[in-house]
Amino acid sequence: MDNGTGIGARVKRKEDHRFLTGKGNYTDDINLPKQTYAYFVRSPHAHATINKIDTSKAKKMPGVVGIFTGDDVAATKLGGLICGWMIHSKDGSPMKAGPHPILALGKVRYVGDHVAVVIAETRDLAKAAAAAVDVDYGVLPHVVDVADAMGHKAQIHEVAPDNRVFNWSIGDEAATDAAFKKAAHITKIDLVNNRLIPNAMEPRAAIGYYDTGAEHYTLYTTSQNPHVARLVISAFHGLAPEHKLRVIAPDVGGGFGSKIFIYAEEVVCAWASKFVGGRPVKWTAERTESFLADAHGRDHVTHAEMATDASGKIIGFKVHTKAAMGAYLSTFSSCVPTYLYATLLSGQYNIPAIYAEVDALYTNTAPVDAYRGAGRPEATYVVERIVETAARELKMNPAEFRRKNFITQFPHQTPVIMCYDAGDYAAALDKALEIADVKGFPARKKASAAKGNFRGLGYSAYIEACGIAPSAAVGSLGAGVGLWESAEVRVNPVGTVEILTGSHSHGQGHETTFAQLVSDRLGVDINNVAIVHGDTDKVQFGMGTYGSRSGAVGMTAISKALDKVEAKAKRIAAAVMESSVDDIEFKNGTFTVKGTDKKMAFGEVALSAYVAHKFNSAEIEPGLKESAFHDPSNFVFPAGVHIAEIEIDGETGVTTVANYTAVDDFGNVINPMIVEGQVHGGITQGIGQALIEGCVYDKESGQLVTGSYMDYQMPRAADVPSYKLGFTCTPCPSNPLGMKGCGEAGAIGSPPAIMNAVTDALGVKDVPMPATPHVVWQQLQHLKKAAE
Amino acid sequence: MENFNYHRPASVDDAVKAAKAKPDAKYMSGGMTLIPTMKQGLASPSDIIDLGALKNAGVSLGSSLVIKAGTTHAEVAASADVKKAIPALAGLAANIGDPHVRHKGTIGGSIANNDPAADYPAACVGLGATIHTNARKIAADDFFTGMFSTALEDGEVVTAVEFPLPKKAGYAKFPNPASRYAMIGVFVADTAGGVRASVTGAGSGVFRAKDVEAALGNGFASASLNGVKVSAKDISSDLHASAEYRAHLITVMAKRAVDAAK
Ligand SMILES: Cc1cc2nc3c(=O)[nH]c(=O)nc-3n(C[C@H](O)[C@H](O)[C@H](O)COP(=O)(O)OP(=O)(O)OC[C@H]3O[C@@H](n4cnc5c(N)ncnc54)[C@H](O)[C@@H]3O)c2cc1C
Repeated sequence: MDNGTGIGARVKRKEDHRFLTGKGNYTDDINLPKQTYAYFVRSPHAHATINKIDTSKAKKMPGVVGIFTGDDVAATKLGGLICGWMIHSKDGSPMKAGPHPILALGKVRYVGDHVAVVIAETRDLAKAAAAAVDVDYGVLPHVVDVADAMGHKAQIHEVAPDNRVFNWSIGDEAATDAAFKKAAHITKIDLVNNRLIPNAMEPRAAIGYYDTGAEHYTLYTTSQNPHVARLVISAFHGLAPEHKLRVIAPDVGGGFGSKIFIYAEEVVCAWASKFVGGRPVKWTAERTESFLADAHGRDHVTHAEMATDASGKIIGFKVHTKAAMGAYLSTFSSCVPTYLYATLLSGQYNIPAIYAEVDALYTNTAPVDAYRGAGRPEATYVVERIVETAARELKMNPAEFRRKNFITQFPHQTPVIMCYDAGDYAAALDKALEIADVKGFPARKKASAAKGNFRGLGYSAYIEACGIAPSAAVGSLGAGVGLWESAEVRVNPVGTVEILTGSHSHGQGHETTFAQLVSDRLGVDINNVAIVHGDTDKVQFGMGTYGSRSGAVGMTAISKALDKVEAKAKRIAAAVMESSVDDIEFKNGTFTVKGTDKKMAFGEVALSAYVAHKFNSAEIEPGLKESAFHDPSNFVFPAGVHIAEIEIDGETGVTTVANYTAVDDFGNVINPMIVEGQVHGGITQGIGQALIEGCVYDKESGQLVTGSYMDYQMPRAADVPSYKLGFTCTPCPSNPLGMKGCGEAGAIGSPPAIMNAVTDALGVKDVPMPATPHVVWQQLQHLKKAAE
Repeated sequence: MENFNYHRPASVDDAVKAAKAKPDAKYMSGGMTLIPTMKQGLASPSDIIDLGALKNAGVSLGSSLVIKAGTTHAEVAASADVKKAIPALAGLAANIGDPHVRHKGTIGGSIANNDPAADYPAACVGLGATIHTNARKIAADDFFTGMFSTALEDGEVVTAVEFPLPKKAGYAKFPNPASRYAMIGVFVADTAGGVRASVTGAGSGVFRAKDVEAALGNGFASASLNGVKVSAKDISSDLHASAEYRAHLITVMAKRAVDAAK
């Protein structure tokens, strides 16, 4: 509909007024009568036995309401945390999931592991009493680096004597070996994908409340998927059946994946309320706790080899990755370095044979799970770094080497499960080359050199699979849940609309984009559309927001429900206007009868639906409310080309991103402004990974060194340039809106673009991420020495 | 954070009296360092003596530049007198922390705190400033005595910092990528008493870089620093920079400070 607020319009975000004026309603903003406060006793050791926990002194501290340990939890038979995706090793054995108790039992496995909880009248009193809980630890050997974990003397879980969770493979090993035998050239690379800490602006928080009268639990929590949280807490922890547990995720201030998972602290709040007389129990993570105990991202060590023939065609690709899982398997951790990673190893390229093997390993660190991009940034990093390296070794232009190997026919079945449905990779490359003014690069490089600086250009032609995910397909690969989405469209008698969605907005702008879809379809002003989400009492079910799924899957569910609303509204309009349904046309919010001047506005039909005076309610039910579930038939495949141009200060090693171009194909776009915002944020996070961010655990002590913003650097506005964006469009054939996903693409595409530029500038094969000034300066010293 | 008693004296004498009455009392100016350390449990004073009511802020320019202890970084950065007399000092203040910090944090609090990576100590030592307290005047070279320690006696309160006017001065800061404090900050000044160069961020506290001073003594130009290699001995090393890298940056930042000097 052409009202300036429909699909494709740059509508300002409806939710921002609330957020920018401090009127958001986040979990920590909520306070319930008689509320108490929880504070967690955490392990100061990377690995230790718990010999004894003495709470006697702490119990006598002022304001203490209750102190609970793992034994108390175990006594109530509350189940431990689970990993919801079963991975089988190459040899057929199931992954080795060690127990993950809600509060530690007998052992702690990383610094920050949850040992006990103190509940008191105020947060400060809880904290003070927590410091008085006396835990007698027996320190054990530990291992924090994934490269060292296999077979290390620090044995983290009994079920995995060599610390290996699984040894998984994908692709055809024999065919790949055969391809390598025929290769004219083989490119090899060793890469580390650095561990990152998510750092959502809002720390995790929860309020658990047990109503002793109704015997019913309510949990307010910072979740990207409150229904999944309810399902897991109900079905696996066994806290209460679903109808006795309401989970509410109100405004949530960023997640980046870290708020998908079911964590101990939130479950404890709900569980403990019952044992403090039904008083609400509130917990808000301190920033230090976020660093220590939010699930981290990435942390891969990879060796890759790529075989090319004499003409420069890629004929085979082999990858071996060691993936850190941390001390326990977090909720979806096992699918990240497997099905979300290795299935993307074909990149945008026509590679006939691929084989990848992944060893997932326990380390004495915070658990690792999905973080913006989840597996796909790691895959893209391997593919785009080795492709660039191969081009350099073959003395081919890296852009043209890519073009030569691009997939051009669709659908395209890769050797690693994915079937790409649509794309035009060369179109994106051409556009990016132009926007980035690659032709002018040599002159700019010369100018930099004249100042003693080093300039480099780096490409990344990424593809990712999102719009997660076809339920049957993921089920066959080990997922414990289906990944459809649900929606309900409630039209009110006055013609305003409420959309109930199982998607969850925590920064994405659903209140705007979803309303745009409704405005487009029903001709309703977007201010007359409300988006309701994040409450299991309001929305019947949903799978939440991650994996860039809320557009392709969530909005498709809404679209389907809107189809039903439109169909019913037409029947009502036909009855009221005394015509045949077949003669009713609906456009721009108005129902007309073909060939007549009879018409009804959408609002009039809505009112008729509820008044029900003018149709036979034996034939047409009153009311106008429809729902739909949508299960996608395929992933969606956003793809694009990023070009980074960087300049290194020859004296200090400081890398400046001079130019950054991203050309993306997201299919049809609902709100270009919001999409650009997602791309900006994603690229910035990727630049963060490449140049700035790195989680460091001390090898000797096992302590988290980067445990605050004094040591963990986040990218700032001043660290990045004004991005140059471009778009191409091949509509997605697997959903009616033709949409792909845009939430993660920036973070997926950018790290290799930056690192290809850094290595280009220095003329070296690899520089470890993050390429901080110190790291780059050290490279400069090596180069100087080599030149002497 | 632990509970504490709060005082807001209206005169320096009352402030000193209140501080001396309690062994665990602490002065508070902007609170930009004190409050975060209290929140982290690294400090738990019994009594806080808020110096805000002293209204001891402002800049005066005569034969020297005097900045009262309670002057915020933002006020120093914006002061026409500071910009005129020692532009490098205004620039230094303008790059401390973020706008919140600059509008609360004060020069007195900064130097009393003497963080080994703070900016103001470099300016004080680099310009040969004099620190005024309720009891005496202390030369900057004697004031900063090591990591987070100063020549201040118990209960002694900083009232002003007096800067002699240099012929030329410059400051170049390489910020720590995460905290944005100085990973290396070098302040250079061509003064009536000769060239002075001070370094912050490199060790346990601000110090004068004798090699740099000697080289610049031959001519206050960055070319004089070509080939000057600062020793990495006694220079700190951490996650963000090795001692060698910091030592290298001292020369680079010194050159940039000289180039920027006005
Ligand atoms: C996010 C952040 C970033 C920062 N970045 C930088 C930076 O880049 N560079 C930098 O140099 N600093 C930085 N700081 C520190 C900042 O400059 C502080 O303001 C300053 O160090 C302390 O000044 P204050 O007035 O806030 O002192 P307070 O926090 O009030 O006091 C600090 C200490 O000094 C004592 N004290 C205060 N006033 C007096 C006085 N008049 N006489 C005697 N003792 C006194 C107090 O008892 C206390 O021990 C940063 C701080 C923050 C929070």
